[in-house]
Amino acid sequence: MDLIGEGLKQALHLLLQGDSEVWQITWLSLRISGLATVISLVIGLPLGTLLALGRFPGRRFLVSLVNTGMALPPVVVGLIVSIFLWRSGLLGGLRLMYTPTAMVIAQTMIAAPMVIGLTLSGLQQLDGRLQWQLLGVGASPLQMVWMLWREARLPLLAALMAGFGSVISEVGASMMVGGNLRGYTRVLTTAIVMETSKGQFDVALALSAILLSLAYVVNLTFTWIQQRKQ
Amino acid sequence: MTELLSLQNVHVQRSGQVVLSVDSLSIEQGQRMVVVGPNGSGKSTLLLTLARLLHPSAGRILWRGEDLARVPALVYRRQIGLVLQDALLLDTSVYENVALGLRFRGVSERQVRQRVDAWLERLGVLALRQRPAHRLSGGEAQRVSLARALALEPQLLLLDEPFSALDAPTRLRLQEDLQSLLQEMALTVVMVTHDLSEALLLAQRMAVMMNGRIVQVGSATEVLGAPVSPQVAEFVGVETVLPGVVEGEQDGVLLVRCADHVLEVVGQVESGRPVYVCLRPEDVTLWPAAMKPPSSSARNWLEATVTRLLPQGPLVRVTLSGADVPLVALVTRASAAGLALQPGVRVRASFKASAAHVIRR
Repeated sequence: MDLIGEGLKQALHLLLQGDSEVWQITWLSLRISGLATVISLVIGLPLGTLLALGRFPGRRFLVSLVNTGMALPPVVVGLIVSIFLWRSGLLGGLRLMYTPTAMVIAQTMIAAPMVIGLTLSGLQQLDGRLQWQLLGVGASPLQMVWMLWREARLPLLAALMAGFGSVISEVGASMMVGGNLRGYTRVLTTAIVMETSKGQFDVALALSAILLSLAYVVNLTFTWIQQRKQ
Repeated sequence: MTELLSLQNVHVQRSGQVVLSVDSLSIEQGQRMVVVGPNGSGKSTLLLTLARLLHPSAGRILWRGEDLARVPALVYRRQIGLVLQDALLLDTSVYENVALGLRFRGVSERQVRQRVDAWLERLGVLALRQRPAHRLSGGEAQRVSLARALALEPQLLLLDEPFSALDAPTRLRLQEDLQSLLQEMALTVVMVTHDLSEALLLAQRMAVMMNGRIVQVGSATEVLGAPVSPQVAEFVGVETVLPGVVEGEQDGVLLVRCADHVLEVVGQVESGRPVYVCLRPEDVTLWPAAMKPPSSSARNWLEATVTRLLPQGPLVRVTLSGADVPLVALVTRASAAGLALQPGVRVRASFKASAAHVIRR
């Protein structure tokens, strides 16, 4: 119990004194996970919509792939991205291994299936005849999709929350493709792993508290928006 | 009248099966066409095809004489209005729902406001302007849905059973309001419904659908008075359909033998031809068994026994048998009481020769 108490004291101390490394790590975590979530949305929203509204051969297979992707272990993603970005890999020439970009790529691969899958289910929860009704009052296909997104805004927001939540808290892929390089690719989760392995539980607890607070604040904001109309 | 829309040998498939097969159907400008038929007969498929939301696998639809397949879907859809069985309003205010189609068309905000308010007022829901759509009653929601379609000032209004989800008093009020609105606007309307009374209220012309096909088109009087088949007859409320053979003609009235009776029926069918004699229950009159039929009347008189009484609102449906021909009559509760009708009671049933209709077998 002392360990936890000390840890929390240390965490408060680190935060209050404005430890520059802690803030840098926090800011990098937010940037990488935020960017990965935005890219996942840009990819996932149209793909999820296509799978929800489209009728084409192979659709069911793609849906099953997305559902599998939603449970993709981050270490597997880390492995796949590493294979591609490794010096001798297919994209080795880009020299992205152990960079924040590699971490964004890996996190996008984790968040995108989540966004696609939840967009798909969110849109499928709407009354199927709503598409007919919208087209029937003169919506263009794009206007129809926009209105459907608007109608499904709460599940879509949940997709966003789930996507962000899955990447801000993952460690396996970030560690494998980012390498936890101080001042460059060290994020909250990889720093927590490192501090714990060093026996620096107070610092690890401080970073965990920040990570939890961060996840809480972001989710609180989304939840507030989601629940506003209730 | 100018033809606005016509279908020529249109076939529509769903899940590999032909669910609509219309040889020919024409809708004139300004006409209110009501398509009636039992559930699953293909009415909604027809309406969705007319809205270009389902696509024919064969045949042609002509819009103002032009092949509809050559008109861009969006251009066509922006000339029509669609109201479905459920209001399907968006999760926003009543005002925004009615403004929806106008905004899709890029109408100026000033125009949107004018038209939305005007139509909300005409449909009696202006007071609900700012109310969230999810807080409307069924009747209010359907009025908003109608306002949303009518605010577009469409060339063609498509209505898919717009009243079927409403309770009886709400339905009646909305039907009356819509009837007067449509009469005033001289708008071309295609409505599909399985409810015959609804069809009669709004139809200038009626088409009957059975098993994906249009089996009869005509005025309401024609369809109700002269159904083309026993199936149509049954659907339009003809409850007595008797097989018989034309034995001859007397004073312009056919003599049709049904079992041991010879019925007098107005019609034009050659002798020896097998036919069905169709009779609506409201055209059958019941009398006390002791009453002597007047000899001069051009009525058919039959003796029968009441087998079943089924109250239907202010009326009572009376099933009769024991005569050579089974009959169904619809009488008022007062008449039923006056005749002391109950199962087992003997009565005389009569109907005019002109009330019956013959269908060739």
